[in-house]
Amino acid sequence: MENEPGALSRVAGLFSARGYNIESLTVAPTEDPSLSRMTVVTSGSDDVIEQITKQLNKLIDIVKVVDLSDGDHIERELMLVKVRASGKDREEMKRMADIFRGRILDVTDKAYTIELTGTGAKLDAFLGALEQGAILETVRTGASGIGRGERILKV
Amino acid sequence: MELTAGVTTELSGAEITMRCLAEEGVEFMFGYPGGAVLPLYDEIFKQEKVKHILVRHEQAAVHAADAYARSTEKVGVVLVTSGPGVTNAVTGIATAYMDSIPVVIISGQVPTHAIGQDAFQEVDAVGVTRPCVKHNFLVKDIKDLAVTMKKAFYLAATGRPGPVLVDIPKDVQTAKTNFFYPQSVSMRSYNPVVKGHSGQIRKALNLLLEAKRPMIYTGGGVVLGNAAPELLQLVHTLGFPCTNTLMGLGGYPATDPQFVGMLGMHGTYEANMAMQNCDVLLAIGARFDDRVIGNPKHFFQEERRIIHVDIDPSSISKRVRVDVPIVGDVREVLQEMNRQLAAGKERPDPVAVKTWWDQIGEWRGRDCLKYDRNSKIIKPQSVVEKLYELTKDMDMYVTSDVGQHQMWAAQFYKFNKPRRWINSGGLGTMGVGLPYALGVQLAHPEATVACVTGEASIQMCIQELSTAKQYRLPVKIVNLNNRYMGMVRQWQEFFHGNRYAESYMDALPDFVKLTESYGHVGMRIDKPEDVEPALREAFSRKNDLVFMDFITDQTENVFPMVPGGKGLSEMILV
Repeated sequence: MENEPGALSRVAGLFSARGYNIESLTVAPTEDPSLSRMTVVTSGSDDVIEQITKQLNKLIDIVKVVDLSDGDHIERELMLVKVRASGKDREEMKRMADIFRGRILDVTDKAYTIELTGTGAKLDAFLGALEQGAILETVRTGASGIGRGERILKV
Repeated sequence: MELTAGVTTELSGAEITMRCLAEEGVEFMFGYPGGAVLPLYDEIFKQEKVKHILVRHEQAAVHAADAYARSTEKVGVVLVTSGPGVTNAVTGIATAYMDSIPVVIISGQVPTHAIGQDAFQEVDAVGVTRPCVKHNFLVKDIKDLAVTMKKAFYLAATGRPGPVLVDIPKDVQTAKTNFFYPQSVSMRSYNPVVKGHSGQIRKALNLLLEAKRPMIYTGGGVVLGNAAPELLQLVHTLGFPCTNTLMGLGGYPATDPQFVGMLGMHGTYEANMAMQNCDVLLAIGARFDDRVIGNPKHFFQEERRIIHVDIDPSSISKRVRVDVPIVGDVREVLQEMNRQLAAGKERPDPVAVKTWWDQIGEWRGRDCLKYDRNSKIIKPQSVVEKLYELTKDMDMYVTSDVGQHQMWAAQFYKFNKPRRWINSGGLGTMGVGLPYALGVQLAHPEATVACVTGEASIQMCIQELSTAKQYRLPVKIVNLNNRYMGMVRQWQEFFHGNRYAESYMDALPDFVKLTESYGHVGMRIDKPEDVEPALREAFSRKNDLVFMDFITDQTENVFPMVPGGKGLSEMILV
């Protein structure tokens, strides 16, 4: 989409006005500063997805829309989790982070802040594996996606 | 953008805006001044190319510009101030948006440094109008102004047309820069498809040629796409029945024997039955909305094949699954269809089509628009019928408001040409009728313009009687006065146990005196035998606005009626 002020609100407004779900939405400028790229995760029947695609294409600021789930694609989301890490939990937390290939970014004597990247499902799995009381705070970016192999989205 | 070297003088943003309008060939702009647009009004004062029409409320400015656009092939232009100027315009903008009408709205904004400070008469114009415009712009830099104006006109008029708002802060109106107006503009993110896919067109024709019970259903797209002659040729070549939506009336001549009337909630029995029972449906520039096909589940027929031609891909397969989608300009697609038909020898099966017409003839025999012609009280239908008889040979335009009178006008006035029937179809905006009539009359000063309205709708923009006086616009107002919000009353009678909550119009003004106080001519007609003489008298007064207040039957209902959520064949008949 055009990297214009208001472009994001046009997309967000379209989803709410027409009653479509937004599970997550990420956006940032691309290597061409006049363009931004947005990944929207949504759900619906084939008919609904077709309408969403058409309605997005109709927005003047949108340059191109692809449904990444039409083909093989890679999807990544980043999560920062602050967990309680004191006493006997401290060692266990470190091990869990390692198993999920997380990185501990910040350490205090009571807490770890762990960075984790993966599909939404992997991040969910990590949270599920932790003792719920140990989770102090989480923040997630929402998914960014890209096609596999030679498949490219270019303007 | 590169500017060629040469002597250019610096112009202010306000001057540039007016120069852009002149470059676009704008004849009229409809507006209302205010603090944030004073530099622009100063420039209006200094030039003569664009004539400014001062309305009495910003909503009417947009309606008038919208009707100007509907009745011509041009873009309507509006100028309003910031804050309440914009919010008052929103109803007009949404009305134009729902019916895909090309309008450019220029709004003043508080100076850029004051934006976001809750300044006096500040409103986020781009945010407020976003859901009801095709696109909008906030011009923060004078250097972007001319190209933004070009884009606004380009976006409004091309593809599926629609309103575009350009919000110009006051300091941008006074800033100066070199003026350069681009001849054309291209946008990588906006390339509407014009030419239909020829393979799809072939497929569509094959389906149509094999059809046993064909039906052609057309909407506002045929009117806006200037495709009426092409449609007539196609329908005549194929020999199929044709129906129009409320927005599509005039797209096909109503007096042609192949026309089966309007379809939809208040469509004719024959049009709705043919629509429901056809085996191949060709939809052109129409969008299968709820007032047209009713409940899509009921409308669905396993064996029916649907071909849909529309310039907007998102209109296709939105409410009903389409078998042969054709995205393109309706005129180009119809031309291609006519070409392919003329080149080949195949024609539809005459026996099957004859059998189908026999069936339609039977449905027509139901005489679904009948009403009591011997009534001692004026029947609203009879007023529209008389209006049609007396004005059908005139260079005639009819506007309407929203409600029962609108449906009777659509049912009983036979429109043979496109752009002659001006009403709010999608949004259903009460109050459009009078400002619509003014916009049309300005665009066509020699034509006759009638506004068929009701005593509830007309009061929603009644202040425009003053505008009509200022510019000497001799429109003829046909007020079907039943002392009720008639359509609300009808729904309350049918679906809410005769509980007429708040739908009675108490404390009505004396419309004759009211009209006279604005300097116009008023008439009150309450006997059936006076209807025709009154109409004759009114239409003979070429230079006067005449307000005809017809006191009509309070309990008359619009038939047929497909109740909301029901199927097309589940009509309530007289």
